[in-house]
Parts: sequence; structure tokens; C-alpha cells
Amino acid sequence: MAQLAGTTAETRTSRIEPLRRLAGATEVDLRLFGMLVALAAILIGFHIQSGGRFIQPANLITLSVQAMGIAIMSTGMVLIIVARQIDLSVGSIVGVTAMAFALLQTDWLPGLGLTINTPFMWLVALLLGLGLGALIGAVQGFIIAYIGVPSFVVTLGGLLSLRGTVWLLSSGAAVSGLQSDFRKIGGGVQGSIGGTATWVLAVVACVAIIALIAYNRRQRRRFDFPVRPVWADTLLAVVGCAVAFGVAAFANANYLPKGLATRYAQEHGIIEPAGGLKVPVGMPWPIIIVIAITVIVTFIATRRRFGRYVYAYGGNPDAAELAGINTRWTIMKTFILMGLLCAVAGAIGAARLNGATLDVGQSDELYVIAAAVIGGTSFTGGIGTVPGAVLGAFVMQALAYGLSFNGVNSPTQNVVAGIVLILAVGFDTWNRRRGGGTA
Amino acid sequence: MTTTMAEAPILEMRNISVSYGGVHAVENVSIDLHEGEVVALVGGNGAGKSSLMRALAGARPADSGQILIDGEPQAIANPRDAKALRIETIYQTLALADNIAAPGNVFLGREITTPWRTLDDGAMEAATRELMGRLNPNFTRFNSPVRNLSGGQRQAVAIARAVHFNARIMIMDEPTAALGPAETTQVRQLIRQLKGEGIGIFLVSHDIHDVFDLADRISVMYHGRIVGTVRKEDVTTDEVLAMIILGKPPDEVSTEDLAAVR
Ligand SMILES: Nc1ncnc2c1ncn2[C@@H]1O[C@H](COP(=O)(O)OP(=O)(O)OP(=O)(O)O)[C@@H](O)[C@H]1O
Ligand SMILES: [Mg+2]
Repeated sequence: MAQLAGTTAETRTSRIEPLRRLAGATEVDLRLFGMLVALAAILIGFHIQSGGRFIQPANLITLSVQAMGIAIMSTGMVLIIVARQIDLSVGSIVGVTAMAFALLQTDWLPGLGLTINTPFMWLVALLLGLGLGALIGAVQGFIIAYIGVPSFVVTLGGLLSLRGTVWLLSSGAAVSGLQSDFRKIGGGVQGSIGGTATWVLAVVACVAIIALIAYNRRQRRRFDFPVRPVWADTLLAVVGCAVAFGVAAFANANYLPKGLATRYAQEHGIIEPAGGLKVPVGMPWPIIIVIAITVIVTFIATRRRFGRYVYAYGGNPDAAELAGINTRWTIMKTFILMGLLCAVAGAIGAARLNGATLDVGQSDELYVIAAAVIGGTSFTGGIGTVPGAVLGAFVMQALAYGLSFNGVNSPTQNVVAGIVLILAVGFDTWNRRRGGGTA
Repeated sequence: MTTTMAEAPILEMRNISVSYGGVHAVENVSIDLHEGEVVALVGGNGAGKSSLMRALAGARPADSGQILIDGEPQAIANPRDAKALRIETIYQTLALADNIAAPGNVFLGREITTPWRTLDDGAMEAATRELMGRLNPNFTRFNSPVRNLSGGQRQAVAIARAVHFNARIMIMDEPTAALGPAETTQVRQLIRQLKGEGIGIFLVSHDIHDVFDLADRISVMYHGRIVGTVRKEDVTTDEVLAMIILGKPPDEVSTEDLAAVR
């Protein structure tokens, strides 16, 4: 390198060089890492601004539970956008399925003899509701893939007509009174798994992380490919397990409120100590569901043929077709998956409300698309990651929650969210143009 | 290997026509191909070479005409049908998914999976490394999206994809268009090797030297029709050039025509 010209450039790169080396050795996605840093910065910023009140277990858990629906749907939206499609109907599918979950339990299933007292009635309702979501996705997907109506048009129609369906189903009234086991899906003190199970879950997660790293290593060894240095793999395993146990510890630092703790003590025959009994609430069900869905959809996107075909179609639709891929069926399946995920979000929404109102899921499509885009999904097709979108959902929710925690009103929150969306994509575009970024 | 015309052809295309709206890209074309034979398809830009080959590959099925494999009529309605008949294609446009790395492209649509039905990326990369070793030994970027590769490297990926799957009939639409001299030599050797293995090859090329070097027969297309099919030994390059440029059958090419194209 030329002596003179090199000096300033070198000093500038030398600072990020160790980071790049670390990222290179561990093969960590720099973009994902950047988003984690952004999320941490947001949380810490609000923490300082609120005088140290923000980063509390109860707060962060509420924040997470509020991000759940968007996070779940964003995993499917990534695949939709990667495949050069769009789904504007997700919020309305949430509305319809939430209403269906409520009506199934209060009206339709009791009409068939399955009452609120029938154990597992909720499970029947759950399966039927999930089926409904998948069916709506299948119908829209069929019209898009096989009849050839653009997804923008079909799902815009879906947005309108499905929201109307919510009204028609319930005759314009809110519905409430769900089975208590179903309500656990929504989280809260009753909908969490408790201290011990949370620790068990952390152990399981840790073992799974180590097993995955070992499996990948063995796969590459099998063909004599270069493997990551041992220190990098060890570092990844340690960090992964630390996160798992950290999250568990955090969830377990959230204790039952006083009244419930007293009842817990009575039920378990424990004498309550003077300062009150500290019973960990543990991990809420919806967070477990989100983690599970993130893992499953990531697996589908990266390890299954279907996922490969979605990305191939997004990268070059003609190439996918010429390679003999059944592209229509592939597109239809992405919409089925999307509908199913919307139904999961609908279940969580209905469970939290203990019923359904007419506006469940309203405007969700905007936040879901924004989450995917903030997470690095590109409208040019073929580019985007599932974990990125989930992180995008958390970044947005952290901002909204933090602002309202600090007393900012919701119109202002929307202004901020909109600006962040544009900034995130602007940064991405700039980063890609100067040749850095994802690769 | 020499081809005796007495042998039954492995492929016959009869009276094939392809049109796009009002444009008759291919009109009533008949052509055949034997085991271990290289048939070069030449002609000016827009003559209909790619359209004819796309009909065989199932990419854009013919509007009319018949395709016979081993004398049996076959319906080729899409690329899957063609692949099932062991017809592999290197498209002029390469047809790669830019966001996916070389192994993913080589195995696109025919991925190797583990017993758990997950993608076996290791096995696919290993096979791709071996294939590319024959085509482009200096190639190392097996984990980079093909968008980041050079034109020649991308071409090598497209060729590797066609070679891997045990074809009987191979369509190569300008396979050396983006290649440097060394890589072109590699591809020429590969074509000879595939021919030696008994594969029938359609070679679409604008490089008259390549054509004379590799082909057994040369078919000249002009405005959607075949003006003539000649054995390489029976013609000179000038005669073929005259056929391409003037669209005349071989026996009508005059001395003045030859002077005009020289
Ligand atoms: N997808 C299409 N839609 C409409 N017309 C087309 C299409 N593809 C090709 N054509 C037309 O069909 C004719 C034959 O095109 P084709 O691509 O088969 O020619 P070619 O012989 O392969 O030419 P080249 O040497 O330039 O590759 C041309 O007139 C072209 O404009
Ligand atoms: Mg062509």
C-alpha cells in the first residue's frame, strides 16, 4: 500500500479490524451483531433517562410480551418479502383468528357439546384456529401463485374483507371468557412456567447450542473443509450458554406479586417469611413460543429445501423455474406459513385479552413489514434473515415501550418509529453501496 | 468416436415451431442428435437458436411439433420433464440465483439431503469442489454468493450444474462466451470428454473456430428456419459463414457469395 495515502485509512480501519477478525472467525453476521448493539443502546439509553428504572425484569418481560405477535409474524414476512411478495393482510388474519379462538370457546364448540368445563376444549379450539389461519393463507397464496394476481392486490383485498369478517363473525360485539389453560398462551403471572422449569429450559437451550456447534464442526470435518478455530467455537458456545442462563436468571428475578405469593405459600404449605415469599414467575409462555418459532422458521429457511427455493426464487425467479423448482407451490406455501403464524399471533392476542375485540391486530401489517425491513430484509428479493426480523421487532417495540415509559404520547411514538424505519433502511443502502455489510 | 448416421438418433425434433406473440422465432424446424455427437447450432443474432433449445429444455415449450427420444414421442412441458429425460442445459443467460453460493446453485432443485431431509450443504460443497476442480481449478469461493463471482466463474458454475447430473443430452448455449483463453480450453476439453462418454451435445456458438474444432455436424439457422445441416468435413468456414450471413443452403452458395463474406 502507498505510504502516504495509507496512513489515515489504516488508522481508521485498525480500530474496527479486531472486531472484523472476531466476526470472521466466529462467522457471526455483522448485521445481526449491529442490531443487538442498537437494541442494547436503546435499552441502556432509556434506563439512564428514566433514572435507572427501565431495565427491570417486569418491564423487559412486558416489553417482550408486547413484541411477541409482531416478532412471530415477522419470521414469516421475511420469507414473503424474500420471495418478492408482500402480505398486507396479516393484521386482519390476526383479527379473524383471534375472534375465531374466542367464538370457538364461547359459542361454537359449546354448541357442539364441548363446554368450558371440558378439559382440552382449548386445544381443539387452538388447532381449529391455527387451521383457519393456514387456510386463509392457502386461499390467498393460491390466487397469487396459480392465478397470478399480484400479492399486493390480493392481500390488500384480504386486509379489507377479513377485517370486515371479524365484524360479521361477532355481529360487531367483543367476545370474552376463554378457558384458563388457553389464557396461559398470553403470558402474565399465570401464563409463565415457574422458576424450576425456566432453569431446566436454560440447560436444554445450552445443550442444544453446544450440540449444534459440535454437529456443524463434525459436518465440515467430514469433508475436510476448513473449520472455525476452536477458540471461536468455544467462545460461541460460552456466549450462547451465558445468554440462555442470563435470560433465565432475569425471568426468575421477576417474583409473584404479594397476594399471589401468599396464596402460593398457603397452597404449598410454606410459612411465609416476614419480608414476603419470593416465588419466581419464570419464563412466560409467549416468549417460549417466540423463541421456538424463531428457531423453527430459521431452520425451515436455511436447512430445508423449501427455504432454499424461497431464497432462490427471490434471487432469480427465472433461474428457480429453469432449475425445475415448483415455484408456484413454493410461493403458495410461504403464504400458508404466513397465515399459520398470524393465527399463532392471534392466539396470543386472544389469550391476553381473554377474548377478542374488533380491532385485534389492527395495523399490525405495518409493524410486521417494518420489523422485517429493519431486520435487513430487502424488497429487491432474495435477501433477509429470520433472526434479523425478530430483532427488528424487538428494536421497534423497545423504542415504543421506552418512549411510553418515559411519558411520550403515542403519536410521537409513531413519528419516531417511522423515522427509525427510514434511517435503518437508509443506513443499509448506504452500507451496501460502499461494499460492506451482509455479503 | 465417429458417428455413423445409420445409428438411430437418440433425439429427434420434428417440425418444431415457437412464436412469441406475432414473432415466429422458430418455424417448422427439424433436427436430430446421435449418441456421442456434437451438433453445432449457428446463426446470426435472433436467428432462433436459443428459442429452439429452450423448447427442448422445457423452458419455453414449443407451440407445435414433436420431440422423440429413442424414437418415443415425449411431452416436454417444463424444465422438470426435460431433466427427467436426462436433458441438461447451460443457458445463455446462465440462470443462476445470484444470492446463493456456488454449491447451492449447482444443486438447485436437486439438493442432496440428509436422512432427516435437511440440506446436506457439506456433501453439496464437496461435490461442487470436485466438479469445479475440473473446470476452473483456481476457483476457491465456494461460500460466496455467485453475485460476487466473475463472469467466467459464474459460467463455470452453470457448466458444473449441467455436468453433474449424468446427462444423455446436453444443451450448451454459448458456454464459452464469458471465458478467458485458459478456461475456454478447459471447456473444449470437457466437451470432448463428454462426447467420449457418449453424451449428445447441442453446441450453440458464434465462434466459428470452436464450431469447426468440436462439432461433427453444423446446422445453420436463419430467420427461424434451418437453412442447412452439413458435416464438418464437407464444408469450409467460409461456406458456413456465407450460409449464416446470407441464409442460403450450402449448394446455393456461389463463389461471389464467398468473396462477399471474406
Ligand atoms: N421472450 C421473448 N419474447 C419475445 N420475443 C422473443 C423472446 N425471446 C426471443 N424472442 C425473439 O425471438 C427471436 C429469436 O430469438 P433467439 O433468442 O432464439 O435468437 P438466438 O438465435 O438465440 O440469438 P442470439 O445469437 O442473439 O442469442 C428474436 O427475434 C427475438 O427477438
Ligand atoms: Mg441465443
